[in-house]
Amino acid sequence: MILAVLNIDWQTLADATALGAIYALMAVGIGLVFGVLRLVNFAYGQLVMAGAFALAMASQWDWPVWAAIVLCFAVVLVLSFLMDRLVFRPLRGHSPAVMLVATFAVAFLLQNVALLWFGPLGKIATSLAYLNRPWTISTVDIRKITVVAVVVAALCLLLLHQLLERTEIGLHMRASSMDFQTARLLGVRANRVIGVAVLLSGALAAVVAVMLTVETPLVTPDFALRDTIVVLAGVVVGGMNRPVPATLGGFAIGFASGLLGGALPTNESQYLDSFVFAAVIIVLLVRPGGLFTRARTVERV
Amino acid sequence: MKRLVDLQALAGPALLVVVAALLGTTVSVSTQGYFTDTLVKVAIVVALYVFVGNSGVLSFGHISFVAIGAWTAGVLSVPAAEKPAIMPNLAHFLRDRTTGNLSSLVLAGLVAGVCALIVALPLMRLSGLAAGIATFAVLEITHNLLRYEEKIGPGLNTFSSVPETTGLRQAALGALFVVVVAFAYGRSRYGRLLRATREDDAAARAVGASVYRQRLIAFAISGALAGLAGGLYVHLLPLNTESLYLDLTFITLAMLVVGGATSLWGAVVGALAVSALDSYLSLAENGTSFFFWHIDLPAGTRVIVVGALMAIVLILRPAGLTGGREFKLWPR
Repeated sequence: MILAVLNIDWQTLADATALGAIYALMAVGIGLVFGVLRLVNFAYGQLVMAGAFALAMASQWDWPVWAAIVLCFAVVLVLSFLMDRLVFRPLRGHSPAVMLVATFAVAFLLQNVALLWFGPLGKIATSLAYLNRPWTISTVDIRKITVVAVVVAALCLLLLHQLLERTEIGLHMRASSMDFQTARLLGVRANRVIGVAVLLSGALAAVVAVMLTVETPLVTPDFALRDTIVVLAGVVVGGMNRPVPATLGGFAIGFASGLLGGALPTNESQYLDSFVFAAVIIVLLVRPGGLFTRARTVERV
Repeated sequence: MKRLVDLQALAGPALLVVVAALLGTTVSVSTQGYFTDTLVKVAIVVALYVFVGNSGVLSFGHISFVAIGAWTAGVLSVPAAEKPAIMPNLAHFLRDRTTGNLSSLVLAGLVAGVCALIVALPLMRLSGLAAGIATFAVLEITHNLLRYEEKIGPGLNTFSSVPETTGLRQAALGALFVVVVAFAYGRSRYGRLLRATREDDAAARAVGASVYRQRLIAFAISGALAGLAGGLYVHLLPLNTESLYLDLTFITLAMLVVGGATSLWGAVVGALAVSALDSYLSLAENGTSFFFWHIDLPAGTRVIVVGALMAIVLILRPAGLTGGREFKLWPR
């Protein structure tokens, strides 16, 4: 009923859920690194972009799907490893402003390397395009990718949850994001925890790259840039300090922008960004510590 | 004597601006454009410094005030005869009015300042990361509205036919004005109180400083200065919404942090250093000679080198090139 009033059909709902799922993964990737390093990684979208270009090149060379995905993971993981070693590690413990601007610089750099390398028009990734075909359930067409995205995202989150709750390195990571100094005093090895967090967030970026290239096969140097900005807002709105609120924030902003994009009439949907970011400002004003956090968190940045 | 020593902090940055402007008069007309552009960037970065440097809160939203200033000055100074061609859907009260160069700049500052004040009223209650993201949201909203709202500007089109009155002299005078205002604000009771809240929030509150009110004042002033800089910018070259968005936000923030965010000297040095490098490399992309070597870089290397160098400076000197200190000829 409410759906009908708001002019939302099942298809919009499914697409919004899939977008929310993908954004939730990006949110976890950003949140993991923030937890251990107190660093907002603005260059996260460029990791996704690099993975997407890997997929596009692989489909241009007619590689099989599995090889394309392996290449995508390899490229993104190597890049995140390098980012950690060359930028994050030397900057550890500096002021958040400096770290944020440094990741800004890295993002800018990677984007322009891509521009120089692949040109402004971009490449097309086609190897997984068959996932765009719909399954028809009664009268509703649901693209396969929406189901795949939701299932993959749920699986990744479940695995990550198990890792954080059940393993020693997971325990170390949770301890580090509570209080890095104390965790180190108690014998947590900083480089290892940070390295694992960065690689995990890189792996999530690769997963996101695979799914986003199905949604939008044209890969340009500013691929995933918009999404990163929106997800960053979502993560802060949800609550940056903890993985679960961050994930929920990412999902919420993806779901909301998917729904609004489908529900608004065309002449108003060009103002979609204004609506979304106005909502972000309002939520931040009402609950600056995060929408999905319980207690008032102490501001550390 | 003490007064004189204090004025060093103004004399250093002001002198640098004047020297850059004088250097600009010695080169060819085509190269002069780089100097003019650099001086406008100095104005933008110093405006950003007034808030970010003194309060310690990052703002990603200042380019929206630059954009508002540019739109105000641009819409008001396009000749009335050409308005229907560029901006067919302009609102009536803007369609028939045209103002001169100076009054368009003043209005740009005023309108942007008022907008900044309105935005700051709710936003300055936030701090830290929430404040950063909220200012980002302001940038997104402004960009989105200016892009599609054709009643107040050209929308997706480029702002052509704005009289190009920002030459080297006007850019230098504008940058000097912004530097002087920033200096005067920093010396004033308000600037000192705001810096106190930056250094130690609790102690500043304990002596009676209102963090909210001080940030509000700084945000409004720096928004007005950014608007003025935007006015200078639109009189320099034809702008569109894309040229007043993420790239400009990134480059101006980077200039501020590379120079040293906590001092006026740092803002000016950072803006000049990064601009000089950027301009030199874009000359090199078209082929130039450096002493005896002939340099001809492939297009696009400019941004890569600038980005990499900025990351390196941040890693090696996180407090910026100036260490965040004011200019001093002789230590007291």
